[in-house]
Amino acid sequence: MTSGGIDPKLINDCVHCGFCLPTCPTYTLWGEEMDSPRGRIHLMKQHVEGTPVTPEMAGHFDACLGCMACVTACPSGVRYDRLIEQTRAEVERVHVREPRERAVREIVFSLFPYPRRLRLLRPGMALAERMAPFLERVHPSLGAMAGLAPQVERRQRIPRLVRARGPRRAVVGMLTGCVQGEFFPQVNAATARVLALEGCDVVIPPGQGCCGALSVHSGREEQARRLARRTVRTFTKAGVDTVVVNAAGCGSSMKEYGQLLDAEPGFRVLDLSEYLVELGPVADRHPLPVTVAYHDACHLAHAQGIRAQPRELLTAIPGLDLREVPESAICCGSAGTYNIFQPEAARDLGDRKAKSVASTGAELLVSANPGCTMQIAAAMRRGGARIRVAHTAEVLDASLRGVSL
Amino acid sequence: MVDKPLDELTAALRALLPADSVITDPVRLRTYECDGLTYHRATPGVVVLPETAEQIAGVVRACNDFGVPFVARGSGTGLSGGALPRQDGVLIVTSKMRRVLEIDLPNRRAVVEPGVTNLAITEAVRDQGYYYAPDPSSQQVCSIGGNVAENSGGAHCLKYGFTVNHIEACEIVTPDGDLVTLDRMDPGYDLLGAFIGSEGTLGIATKITVRLSRTPEAVTTVLAAFESIEQGGQAVSAIVGVGIVPAAIEMMDALAIEAAEAAVACSYPEGAGAVLIVELDGPEREVVRQFARLQQICSGAFELRTADDPAERAAIWKGRKSAFAAVGRISPAYIVQDGVVPRTSLPKVLAAIDRLSEEYGIRVANVFHAGDGNLHPLVLFDDAESGAGERAETVSGAILDLCIEHGGSITGEHGVGVDKAKYMPRMFSADDLDTMQLVRCAFDPKGLSNPGKVFPTPRLCGEVPGVRKGVHPLVASGQAEQF
Repeated sequence: MTSGGIDPKLINDCVHCGFCLPTCPTYTLWGEEMDSPRGRIHLMKQHVEGTPVTPEMAGHFDACLGCMACVTACPSGVRYDRLIEQTRAEVERVHVREPRERAVREIVFSLFPYPRRLRLLRPGMALAERMAPFLERVHPSLGAMAGLAPQVERRQRIPRLVRARGPRRAVVGMLTGCVQGEFFPQVNAATARVLALEGCDVVIPPGQGCCGALSVHSGREEQARRLARRTVRTFTKAGVDTVVVNAAGCGSSMKEYGQLLDAEPGFRVLDLSEYLVELGPVADRHPLPVTVAYHDACHLAHAQGIRAQPRELLTAIPGLDLREVPESAICCGSAGTYNIFQPEAARDLGDRKAKSVASTGAELLVSANPGCTMQIAAAMRRGGARIRVAHTAEVLDASLRGVSL
Repeated sequence: MVDKPLDELTAALRALLPADSVITDPVRLRTYECDGLTYHRATPGVVVLPETAEQIAGVVRACNDFGVPFVARGSGTGLSGGALPRQDGVLIVTSKMRRVLEIDLPNRRAVVEPGVTNLAITEAVRDQGYYYAPDPSSQQVCSIGGNVAENSGGAHCLKYGFTVNHIEACEIVTPDGDLVTLDRMDPGYDLLGAFIGSEGTLGIATKITVRLSRTPEAVTTVLAAFESIEQGGQAVSAIVGVGIVPAAIEMMDALAIEAAEAAVACSYPEGAGAVLIVELDGPEREVVRQFARLQQICSGAFELRTADDPAERAAIWKGRKSAFAAVGRISPAYIVQDGVVPRTSLPKVLAAIDRLSEEYGIRVANVFHAGDGNLHPLVLFDDAESGAGERAETVSGAILDLCIEHGGSITGEHGVGVDKAKYMPRMFSADDLDTMQLVRCAFDPKGLSNPGKVFPTPRLCGEVPGVRKGVHPLVASGQAEQF
């Protein structure tokens, strides 16, 4: 069968109503059917019915950010998230990309999911900005990578176990992630402190790697399974029944481990904000007089349906003024590796999001995904505006400890 | 297939438009093969995505030069196949034309491009206390250009009227490629009135001046749950009978509720045989008084919920607005029917639909704008089951016969398109249809603008009228399939 791993039943759930169109970032940009969820499902159907994957077809699948806004919007319950994952894997199986594109993809996928390799990049980060124009000429994707490079903070060693402050209310595992861990170590540190201040023993197994999210979202099934299995082993060995994740993309993938590995892991996966709201607050909140624009990371809002919890946590901080970002359901263009492989579309979406964020007049941009933060900050820099950025965990950490942000 | 005029035309189109706005790749073309009505499909010969009115005019003139038919499409959400492409023609898609050009609040007007979505107009003026009144259920997706073509309705048309009541002017490209403006203020024949609802057969709207309405001072939305559809129907008649004109009166039956519940968890009262959504709006005092009357009238309801703030109101409407697509949750395939009956005939027609449903073993979910008798039966079937599609089609057609029999119409708001062209002779005599053709021919003598839609026979002007025999020409030429 030519359809490979694309499930025709999932395709047939689509009734072609078009309710997904206005929520799709690429349709918003280009207004073309084949770059909308409905159009892409139509392309999947064509392939399942025997049309080979053409470079044009692959291009439209590649242009999908995987933001899942369409899943939220769909009244028929189409599992576009599953469909696009199956499709990407199918494209990887049957479609031969042109050599230059192949090379860049190899660089990215042999780099990002591996914290140790990322660590080697750290000294070069300061250089990246200066090298960007040269890299841009070699390949737009390399230029985009260099342009996104954040200013990395000093590495912080995180202990294997952070003890609860006060009476222990729970024991949880914590994912350190790959990009988060290497480029945003302060976010992991803040996460561990917040959990501890709320009464959790935080178990942080050493030797964690990538959870597999980047690979799942790019159709690299084998790599994804390998990384997922290792992550499951790590946390199973750590003996925790709850794993708290502070990166939206990782959380959404880990929640789908059952599907990926054909077996549910022996622990539940929760986003940090989801877990904190479930646990309920005990620690004192100190005032933080700051105006905050909260950005809904797609893999938190659309993929995990978590919108209320981060807002609840933020507004509970005295003095914090929370502003809503217009068009909050539209992706910022970061989308995992999207801003590297599709720099132009990512840039347009980033600019659009930067404008929306700027319109709130907020001084601090808060989100739950490192990719979004990098992307929006870069777009705002391009537009000549500056905004400070923080992860939800960092804001909570500052409030709980009574320090300024 | 080599199609000479089309090939030559495509070359001409490339000279008119940016390279990536002319689509000829077969895989891409196929994504445009149908609109919201998927059982009529035809791969367009070529798709163009113009960005200006002048480009559309240029494309239409080029079509005239080569004698190639053209079809306009907005967001592709139509439910009568009005935007079904032609294999031998050009599909002109307006989805790149999405600018709000002008907002003139003192004169309560906005000027927009045809690809702007219905809801985007309201979003542009909501903060200033205005909105665009017609609200088809697909309002967040459907384009205003498509609304004009179909004279779209929506739940609130009961009080505020259809699209035609809210359009002040349209700049259109005529079927022979002229750019002209039709204005409500023009003396003489109401050409704007003729154009709105012409389903793309009289030209393409390229700039639309809409009327904006003031957001009402007060809005109260009531959800009333009844044990049976008859009780709900009686309440509708009683409401209208006492002289209340609600902004909307919507009804859903048990099966439609089940679907909506599965899709969006709208939490309608459990065990309801029918729910009625009644929205009252207007000056505060009027709404309060009407609400008191409404409560008395709905005393037979086993549960009555009211919403006064936007969040609660949205929760009540959520189930209704998503009902069509939601049916995908309880049935692999379905036909959305659209018919009208006099309100007083509702109970009889619904009972007859029930009988049809039993006779053919085909489930029918009912969602309707009860206030004006506009039915939307959803005919459910399993397309994997052999013969089910045909039986569903039979039931669907028989429902339209019921509508005509009771003095109603074969369409309330979805249009005739390609889907209902075959039912037109059941409602109109050959003379009626030929008279309509004269209007069409006055605008489109060459028959290039969305041919094959609305009328059962895509007859050219000057041909002797006669009843069509045999298969539909679209089917014969392989451009459409009938199920």
